Amino acid sequence: MTKTDIIIHDKKDNVGVIVIDKITPDQDCNCWIMENDGTVTIKSKSEIRLGHKIAMIDFKEGDTILKYGHDIGKVVKPIKKGEHVHVHNVKTKKW
Amino acid sequence: MEIPKSFLGYKRENGRVGTRNHVVILPVDDISNACAEAVANNIKGTFAIPHAYGRLQFGADLELFFDTMIGTGKNPNVAACIIIGIEPKWTKRIVDAVAKTGKPVEGFSIEGSGDIKTIMKASQKAQEFSQWASEKQREECPLSDLWISVKCGESDTTSGMAANPAVGNLMDKLEPLGVHLCFGETSELTGAEKVCATRGATPEASDKFMKTWSNYNDFILKEATNDLSESQPTAGNIAGGLTTIEEKAFGNFQKIGSRKFIDVLTPAEEPKKGPGLYFMDTSSAAGECLTLQAAAGFNIHLFPTGQGNIIGNAIEPVVKLTGNPSTAINMREHIDLDVSKILKREMNMNQAGDELIKTTIRAASGRLTCAEVLGHKEFVMTKLFRSA
Repeated sequence: MTKTDIIIHDKKDNVGVIVIDKITPDQDCNCWIMENDGTVTIKSKSEIRLGHKIAMIDFKEGDTILKYGHDIGKVVKPIKKGEHVHVHNVKTKKW
Repeated sequence: MEIPKSFLGYKRENGRVGTRNHVVILPVDDISNACAEAVANNIKGTFAIPHAYGRLQFGADLELFFDTMIGTGKNPNVAACIIIGIEPKWTKRIVDAVAKTGKPVEGFSIEGSGDIKTIMKASQKAQEFSQWASEKQREECPLSDLWISVKCGESDTTSGMAANPAVGNLMDKLEPLGVHLCFGETSELTGAEKVCATRGATPEASDKFMKTWSNYNDFILKEATNDLSESQPTAGNIAGGLTTIEEKAFGNFQKIGSRKFIDVLTPAEEPKKGPGLYFMDTSSAAGECLTLQAAAGFNIHLFPTGQGNIIGNAIEPVVKLTGNPSTAINMREHIDLDVSKILKREMNMNQAGDELIKTTIRAASGRLTCAEVLGHKEFVMTKLFRSA
């Protein structure tokens, strides 16, 4: 089994979670999709630490982030595939 | 794995089973803490549960106070109980309600006699209770005598990926065996509330959940002075990679596996619909949530953490697990079960659930949890509004 760098909860998700200490820019990362036991790869654009999220697609402002197959917030600054997704570019749709 | 059929517990007078055999000295109010602590200091095998309230509360806030105090005394993890308050009337109300379980309980009021005489009288009774309780033996009890509460804290993205679904896996395996289960954290289901509502076992349970969530959410929106950043998610959650309350909520929600909840409980309310999963309306602050769940009669708690919450409880043993490999190493003295191998795919959820069942049964049968060994005895009253 190849080493898993990123876990994606649901096949509908457009973000993945880093599960190694960190990934660095231009790293080719192996992603495992929990829901269907699938695999994909992605090239990172940022240094991203354990537990933090990576964009699996390009996002524009107003797009919706999907994790666990569900809406977890809105994009407030454009995000490129492979970049870090967090509070600097995503906000809650609730409070 | 074949799930063990039994654990070793203390059978109580009312048919419930305790995982612990505590003799507690319970102050009714803040000003009786000193007296209760003096008694606990005098008499080995007892401990006091000091707290900050119990004076001039009224209305629903006072009723919740009584439910919390009475429920704590009634919990089967408590073998016997001394209640000490300033005034006789409220003291007696708690004593009489706890006595209905059939366990030894006695009340003392300080007004008119002072701390020293009260400490002497209460110490004599506490000595009797402590020696009586020390002869109680653990007996083999079916797993259906476990009442398991759950709550997560200092969550990060590993919580939703490993530790919380491990708890969900345990729920999926133990619910069919007749275990009582309870999850709470009303505000922390925000964003996942509609999905959570679909998990009501009946339309009534779903409706009750949505009403409970809406009430709590309205209260938060009314009191909020900002967007709640650093409150929900907390700074610790954000450091761990959680971005929004919705993301936290869906991670939180993994704790109930594929179960459906049969009823919605008010804070500290004892479940009355038999075995199965219950939702309780609680704050998402760990100390408050666990105190309410213990007061409802739950006898062992499972607490998944990501960044490393260190919570314990005065009467309910707290089993802590983490899926975060750094926390498992750097805070190892707090972690009863490490499931971080899930991240490396060296452990699957079925295995994690089995390990958690084993750890839970060992703790229920007497193995001290990390929180107990480290002296964590948090007891935090939920206050609904200001006192009169």
